[in-house]
Amino acid sequence: MSQKNRLDGGLIDRSETWSFGFDSQYYKGHKGDTLASALLANGVRLMGRSFKYHRPRGPMTAGSEEPNAIVELREGARKEPNTRATTIELYDGLRANSQNRWPSLKFDAMEVNDLLSNFFAAGFYYKTFMWPAAFWEKVYEPIIRRAAGLGSLSLQDDPDGYDKGFLHCDLLIIGGGPAGLAAALTAGESGARVILCDEDFLIGGRLNLETYAVGGMTGAAWAAETVARLQAMPNVRVMPRTTVIGAFDHGIYGAVERVSDHLAVPEDGKPRQILWRITSKRALLCAGATERPIVFENNDRPGIMQASAVRAYANRWATTPAQQVAIFTNNDDGHRTASDLVAKGVEVVSVIDTRVDAPTSSDYDVIAGGVIDQTWGRLGLTQIEVKMPKGGIRRIKCGALGVSGGWNPNVHLTCHQGGRPVWNEALAAFVPSGTLPPGMTVAGAADGVFSTHGALQSGADGAKAILADLGIKATDPALPEAEDTPVKITPFWHVKTAKRAWVDQQNDVTAKDIKLAHQENYVSVEHLKRYTTLGMATDQGKTSNIAGLAIMAEVAGKAIPEVGTTMFRPPYTPTAMGVFAGRAWGMETRPTRLTPSHAWAKEQGAVFTEAGLWLRAQWYPKPGETHWRQSCDREVMQTSKSVGVCDVTSLGKIDVQGADAAEFLNKVYCNGMAKLPVGKVRYGLMLREDGIVMDDGTAARLAEDHFVVTTTTAKAVPVYRHLEFVRQCLYPDMDVQLISTTEAWAQFSVAGPNSRKLLEKIVDDGVDLSNEAFPFMACAEITICGGLRARLFRISFSGELAYEIAVPTRYGDALVRRLMQAGEEFDVVPYGLEALNVMRIEKGHVTGNELNGTTTALNLGMGRMVSKAKDSIGSKLSERPGLNEPDALKLVGLKPVNPEHKVPAGAHLMTKGDKVTASNDQGYVTSACYSPNLGCHIALGFLKSGDSRIGETIRLVSPLTGVDHEVEVVSPHFFDPEGERLRA
Amino acid sequence: MHDLAPLCALGGAEPHTDQVAGVTLTETPGHALASVAARLGQETACADHLGTLLGADAPGVGAWVRSDPISAFWMGPDQWMVIAPVATHEDLAAQLIQRFGTSASITEQTDAWVWFDMQGDGIEQVMQLCANIDIEKMPVGAAARSVIHYMGVYVLRSAPDALTILGGRSSAGSLHHALLTAMKSAL
Repeated sequence: MSQKNRLDGGLIDRSETWSFGFDSQYYKGHKGDTLASALLANGVRLMGRSFKYHRPRGPMTAGSEEPNAIVELREGARKEPNTRATTIELYDGLRANSQNRWPSLKFDAMEVNDLLSNFFAAGFYYKTFMWPAAFWEKVYEPIIRRAAGLGSLSLQDDPDGYDKGFLHCDLLIIGGGPAGLAAALTAGESGARVILCDEDFLIGGRLNLETYAVGGMTGAAWAAETVARLQAMPNVRVMPRTTVIGAFDHGIYGAVERVSDHLAVPEDGKPRQILWRITSKRALLCAGATERPIVFENNDRPGIMQASAVRAYANRWATTPAQQVAIFTNNDDGHRTASDLVAKGVEVVSVIDTRVDAPTSSDYDVIAGGVIDQTWGRLGLTQIEVKMPKGGIRRIKCGALGVSGGWNPNVHLTCHQGGRPVWNEALAAFVPSGTLPPGMTVAGAADGVFSTHGALQSGADGAKAILADLGIKATDPALPEAEDTPVKITPFWHVKTAKRAWVDQQNDVTAKDIKLAHQENYVSVEHLKRYTTLGMATDQGKTSNIAGLAIMAEVAGKAIPEVGTTMFRPPYTPTAMGVFAGRAWGMETRPTRLTPSHAWAKEQGAVFTEAGLWLRAQWYPKPGETHWRQSCDREVMQTSKSVGVCDVTSLGKIDVQGADAAEFLNKVYCNGMAKLPVGKVRYGLMLREDGIVMDDGTAARLAEDHFVVTTTTAKAVPVYRHLEFVRQCLYPDMDVQLISTTEAWAQFSVAGPNSRKLLEKIVDDGVDLSNEAFPFMACAEITICGGLRARLFRISFSGELAYEIAVPTRYGDALVRRLMQAGEEFDVVPYGLEALNVMRIEKGHVTGNELNGTTTALNLGMGRMVSKAKDSIGSKLSERPGLNEPDALKLVGLKPVNPEHKVPAGAHLMTKGDKVTASNDQGYVTSACYSPNLGCHIALGFLKSGDSRIGETIRLVSPLTGVDHEVEVVSPHFFDPEGERLRA
Repeated sequence: MHDLAPLCALGGAEPHTDQVAGVTLTETPGHALASVAARLGQETACADHLGTLLGADAPGVGAWVRSDPISAFWMGPDQWMVIAPVATHEDLAAQLIQRFGTSASITEQTDAWVWFDMQGDGIEQVMQLCANIDIEKMPVGAAARSVIHYMGVYVLRSAPDALTILGGRSSAGSLHHALLTAMKSAL
């Protein structure tokens, strides 16, 4: 199809002609086009259907404020719904489809909604679908969602990558129009570190869209020359295709750079977009202004646009929505569009100016004091009806209508930290107030300075003021001469006789809806927004809010500033969720920590499980084993029978040194640590300030002033943080130093009756592992394998005769291989977390399941560990009466009466004969397993007065999973209760 | 001499190297590390010992003082990380304990960290995708504590076109992935 509406000139590159598809048609466009400009050049005005009434819609704007021309861009996994055709940069082979229509854009069956519009007024859903309540979620909502909506998701993973990055500068300039460029030039030439961001791919703002001269050249030429100068400055970073989406605390701004959106597919390894966190000393907002429409009857037909957008398409993109164009305006700016179109050879059929004193022109017809009364054209504008100032109607044929209701400064970012704009009567617009985000100032049209000269000057002045504030000597830039036309406007918001006149075209909110909201007492501007949906969705009301407020003010009999504005929040424009995730998705959501034996375990076919960030071996399947229980049972039995090895590196290790190290540990553990002899290890319980158990672990005393503390895997970081808090804030006068050594040492548990024999094969001569020389809870720094330094601890989580041996991490892989090789004669097995869990449950050792943030030492059966002979963190509050009730929960063991039954964790305990109610609850199961040593399922749990109910048969229930059987309350120490094995 | 073979943090017997455009990322395992934290009341003595060792003042906040063969960077108030070649200082912590006596608490840190060197044109663009450091203003000899993809790191500037990144050894693979992805993205 030919580009029948392509004009001469413009800033497109005609040497590059590209093919692109929209719905079932293919078209030609040029480099520098947007999807909207290329479609308009091809005579396509219809680009979408409206949200609610499925009315035909075309582009209303030429920028990011677009409410109507939203499409599904790309296909397959890269499909992106709700993308504004006015900002999509054309590339060769681009594919886009219209959305929210069926079966086609031109014939949309859901247009029937428009005929039923009387039923769909504001609040329709709330009033209509009230009964029955259950129908809302299952019946009404799905139907409504199918009928009304925007684009659809691909439901496939996004194949593109997104980055996050960090930039720093003295001055962040938001917007690269005349004000932004003048500011960048001023600050850049003064040597300040400047970042200039602009959402457009061609920097220059309205300089690229207008025809007036700047410094003896076109505005676009001056912009290009200035950008080139800025790009040559090493202290200036010019960032096109970058939208500053939010103003956050401490001078931090969020900005999305669309690195690859102008390409069919990102280059290999390159991101689609980058979310930049820009830390600025100061920011200058030069975000420009948005032209607002006037509200009149059927003002939403394709071809009815902002007058400034019609001008922009003609001047920058060399296209026009139609060959015959009319203008409807309340200010002089509308006439500028008419002049530019005439200059481009487009027929301006009439300028309807609501002002009776409108300027006249020899180039086009002006109807002063006229208003648009009606428009015609089902899929695109064909005719307008003008109510003449002296009465009567005049019909004018035209394919496009440019509407200018004045300009609104883009104040959005000035409000991201709670600021509210103030009303400027002369401009009939809200302008930034004095309450700006700290460090931000505003220049140019965003500050209500609308002439080119004024914008250039205010940008330069804004930069100079900032530089002075930063102590940087400013050089005066040579600003070019430019037009300095004053704003001449007589506010005119809407044609009062209109019946169906759109205020918010994206949400299909009409002037009538606003009146209805007022009538139904939704008079607060925030209520108005929510009741009518005015200003919601992807455009966030950039073209509709002010008209909505004006109409509300009128019906409420108030002035516009009395009605107020709704709150602007980030992001400024729609932002892909992917860019917020960055690289953190799928397997890269978070870092993975590997144990030193990971590669070896993988060779053994180990099955891994996540333990926090760690990957730990869960079990090691052998050939012929088809179920994890077989592997787990074998590992338990073989360890109990001979010897097993388990990587326990992930347990936290904290080096505690200093003259007061012992006294410090005496404060953080509730049991005594001060008198622990050198060469010994002690189990310790750490309480929170409120008396609840925080964590358990061991403290090994390597020297008078040197301890190594271990924590559970889960609590390694919280415990370290707690210890630092205690050291720095509670006991700053103690001589104690802390550092984590979790990663520095590879640590293995060697457990089982043959563990001593196995270790004796690798420790160096002179290391005596006999029970007498190295008894239970001993520790020592030794050497192994001919001189490698190691730490040896005789501690046992499994309940077996056991040791933990640690070597510098780089030798962890070699050590596990050596242990397995040396252990061959004992049929050594590696054991994973499942087997470890079974063994510790058999032994009655607690872990995170029991230390669950609600339990006390008393609950755990360790009440006597809380020393009364000293003060320690949490000890006093652990004495609170509520934590020491006579029927307090106590740790018990549980065995099923019927050995075939399981004792699942999470099930609750009830006294036999009681009804299963929450008030009768006696406790709950925390840890459960099958014990191969005992030949049945066992569990640990908390039971009211549990320690005095040993032997009682009790009811185990889990109404959710259908469990209801009897269990026997037993000692939590199922296996080797006297500890003879671990002391052997 | 023991007969256990060490592995590099990325799991290889030999260190790993990657090249993207003009930037090289090298795993450099040849460094012995030990933390030095002054004992209470011994801050001056400790700093003096460190100064003597370095032949310069102990590094201040955010600084990395490099001498041959010892260097040290500031980690916190009265706390430093001391670095030396592992070939000559495998027992660095033990050596430092001898020198510092009771003026400091010394802890071996050699295997707690993975050490990456990044060198070439474009390292600043890479680091801008990694860490919230004002890398353009980071002088040679500076040390910064930061976060890369949720992992705590130290970033040291060794030359205008070279950086060192220290991260936790257990997550070396994830850190390597993050750095390499940023290199491919930025370069």
